[in-house]
Formats: sequence, structure tokens, C-alpha cells
Amino acid sequence: MSGISRRKLMMGGAAAVAGLSGLAVADRVARRYGLIPPDARGRYGPGEALTYAAQRLLMRHSQAMEFSRGMISKTPFMNEVAPLGKEFLAHQALGFRDWTLKIDGMVARPMMLSLADVKAMGTRSQITEVACEEGWSYIAEWIGTPLSMVLQEVGVLPQAQYVVYRSIQPNWWESVDMADAWHSQTLLTWGMNDGDLPVGFGGPLRLRIPRQLGYKSVKYLTSITVTDSMKKFGRGRGSATAEAGYAWFAGI
Amino acid sequence: MPATVTETTTTAPRHTLVVRVTHWLTVVAFVALLTTGLEIVVSHPRFYLGEEGNVNVKPLFTIPIPSSRDTVPTGYGYVMPDQNGWSRYLHFEAAWGAVLTGLVYAIAGLWDGHFRRDLVPEKKDRNWGAYWGGITKYLRREKPDANETRSYNVMQRTAYLGVVFVVFPLMIWTGLAMSPSFAGAFPLTVILLGGRQTARTLHFFLTWVLVLFVVVHVVMVSVSGFWGRMRAMTIGSRKGKGV
Repeated sequence: MSGISRRKLMMGGAAAVAGLSGLAVADRVARRYGLIPPDARGRYGPGEALTYAAQRLLMRHSQAMEFSRGMISKTPFMNEVAPLGKEFLAHQALGFRDWTLKIDGMVARPMMLSLADVKAMGTRSQITEVACEEGWSYIAEWIGTPLSMVLQEVGVLPQAQYVVYRSIQPNWWESVDMADAWHSQTLLTWGMNDGDLPVGFGGPLRLRIPRQLGYKSVKYLTSITVTDSMKKFGRGRGSATAEAGYAWFAGI
Repeated sequence: MPATVTETTTTAPRHTLVVRVTHWLTVVAFVALLTTGLEIVVSHPRFYLGEEGNVNVKPLFTIPIPSSRDTVPTGYGYVMPDQNGWSRYLHFEAAWGAVLTGLVYAIAGLWDGHFRRDLVPEKKDRNWGAYWGGITKYLRREKPDANETRSYNVMQRTAYLGVVFVVFPLMIWTGLAMSPSFAGAFPLTVILLGGRQTARTLHFFLTWVLVLFVVVHVVMVSVSGFWGRMRAMTIGSRKGKGV
């Protein structure tokens, strides 16, 4: 150890102190600007925070890739879902005539919308890819109503930070930040490849978030809650998948 | 041998502190990335070319292992446990570790001349003859030149430069090309590779290039004096042979 002089030790100590206080400052700034994801706790917290902060600093407004009509998958893969419950089957028997989407939380005008109400708010279609965290993917045309149009209608309050959304299936809920909630490609999807959205792909209503992996695109959507904090939901990690050990931010 | 012993306290260490620290940080990150990467593959051990790929698409090849998803036809009658949650968390955390470590290493290497001095092949060696000479020397298992205890030969230099400046960047590129939000922000990164699934397949092949490098690297270190080289890459001492 003779190689390490007192001078070197002092320099090293100073660098360590500077580094630690630098980290503390970075953490405070990141929290203030909403760059810390709800699941940034535990041993994988630092990695998650770095990924999410980098994404939001560098590509907050980017668009997911869109493809030509010729690239639409001839054999889109219908992923398996848990057996559909009684409530869903009753809706299906009625042709989803009474399906409703509830929007509440930090909004000026909470609403209960029928599928027809949602469709009346506007239509957009996009040819985007569903990419699963497992590695597989397929491309389809998705037709629906941008979530932003519905958010406009209900009047999101300024303190809103996240949008929580739930399936009719038990314990299937997710959330995104406002950058993804207002994003022009975030689609309340009710059509696929020029037809109604099939049940196997999430019909009658699925929230497509094409900038993130498939598991953020919750099927059989029934409610949306705008909130200022994820601490009020579940164990505070931001989604059912995050509480099952998966990353909340699935842009990567 | 006496010459090397007297060098221990008088000359600079074989590897600079930055090289030693970043080397071991990279080892930790690499082990984490490899384990979690293979774990993620288990959830879909099929590989494709182009943009899309799923069980309804003919794969380029499949790996004959059981899968952690029952939607993947593997021929096995059972399903492995799902480990993707922590595997993906750790994969990206370790990727950050590798990238940040690599940045420190690269900046230091440019700054202190490590690349220019130690890794770029020497002028006299920038020809096919030098490589051929190096290969035949290895094949004949000849003793290394005296100066190879202090510096790398042309084969080593090329291998290290290739891993640092070609394989690692390609690994990061093909990895990021699989991120839907990164791909959206920089679509050319995916288009140039030939699609999302091609990126995934390349990422998988590059893994084996790195594994092959590590195997050869560890074999060479062992053959040329394991503990001496371990000392050189840890405490930095030149003591011992061939460090």
C-alpha cells in the first residue's frame, strides 16, 4: 500500500464527497422535475431512475415508429389472457352495448362514457407494432380515440401527474405519466385492421401505448383515474405489473 | 526473471488505476447482463429476421430449450418459471453500469494515451504479415517476446480494440434498437439494422462473440501466469512473471 500517498487519499476522499453530494443534488432535481418513476425503490431503483430520466429528458415527445400498410402482420399473435369473468361475458353477450368507461380523479368533469360517446370524441388510426417484453412482436393498424381528446373533454387539473387505468379483469391496472397520457399516439383503441377490436386483442376497448412494451396496453378497459401521486394506488409502485416485479416504465 | 522483480516498486503499474477499476466493474456488469439476458431469452427462445416475429411467424432458428411461456411451442411438456421481471430490471441496471464504466474508460483512455500507446497496433505491425506471424507463433506455442510482458502484441491489440470499439457499441446499438421508445425517437437505428427482430437476433449473436472473447481471454491469462496477471489487474504490481 506504499503506493498510495496521503495526497492521493485526500484527493480520493474529496472526490467521493463531491460525488455523493452530486448524487444528492441530482436526486432532488430529478424529483422536482418528475424524472423518478414510482418503482424507483429497492436494488433496481437506480437503474430504473436512470432509464426513465434519460427517456424523459431526451425523448419526451418522440413518436413511436409507424409502418406502411404492407407491413401489417398477416398473422398477429393473440396473447393469452386469464379466463374472462362473468361480468365480461355478460357484456359480450349484449355486443358490448352497455360497456362503459369511467373517468374520475383530478378532473374538472368526471364522466361515464359509452363506447359510442368515446368514438364521438374523435378518431385516429395508426399502424404500430406491439412489442412484448418476452421478445415477440407484430404490426397492426389500430383505430381509436386519442386519450388526449378525452382528457381535454374531462378537464385535467394542473396538479395531475399520472393517469391510472384498469381492466374489467381483476387486478389488472397500469399507469402512465402525463407525457404518455397526452401523447398523440396513446389511443383508446376500439378497432383493429379495419374491423372492431377482437376480444382476443383486447376488445371492446384497449388503451394502446405504442411507445411502451405490450404489457402497458391494458385490455378490456373500464376506468381511468387522473392522480397527482401513485402512492394512493396499491403498494405505490405504479401498476399491477410493477407490483408483480416488472418495470413500471416499459419504454425499453 | 530478476529484472522483473526489481521493477515492482520503481516503475508504474502494468495497468493504470482507471483500467483496473473499470475492468472489474465491466466484469460484474457483464456477468449480470449475460445471466439476465439468457434468462430473458427463455421466455421466447425463437429468433427472427425483419421487423416482426412471433409464434405465428417462421423463425430463423429456435433454441431447443423449454420456455417460461406456455404460448411458445418447444416440444417440452413443461414451462419454466417466469424470471423476466427481475431479469429485465437487472439487465438494464447492469447495462447502465457497463455504459457509464465504458464512458469513464474511453475518456480516460483517450486522455492518457492508453488507446494510442497500448491498443492501436504499432506502426511496424500494421500489415497482414504481422498478423500471420502472430497467428503462427500462437499455433507453434512459441514463447512470447520479452517486450510482451510489458506491452500487447498485434493480435491482443486488435482483439481489445475490436471488443471495446466494435462489439460493445454494436451491443448497445442492437439493445437500444429493441426499445420501442428509443426506436421511435431514432428510427434509423432500427431501419439500418433491418428491423426490430433482426436487432434482437444480432444482439444474441454478439453475446456469443463477447463470450468467446472472454473464454479466450481467461484461457490466455491462465496460460501466461494467472496470479501474476491477476495481481497486475488488481493491486497493479508488476511482481511475478509476464504481467
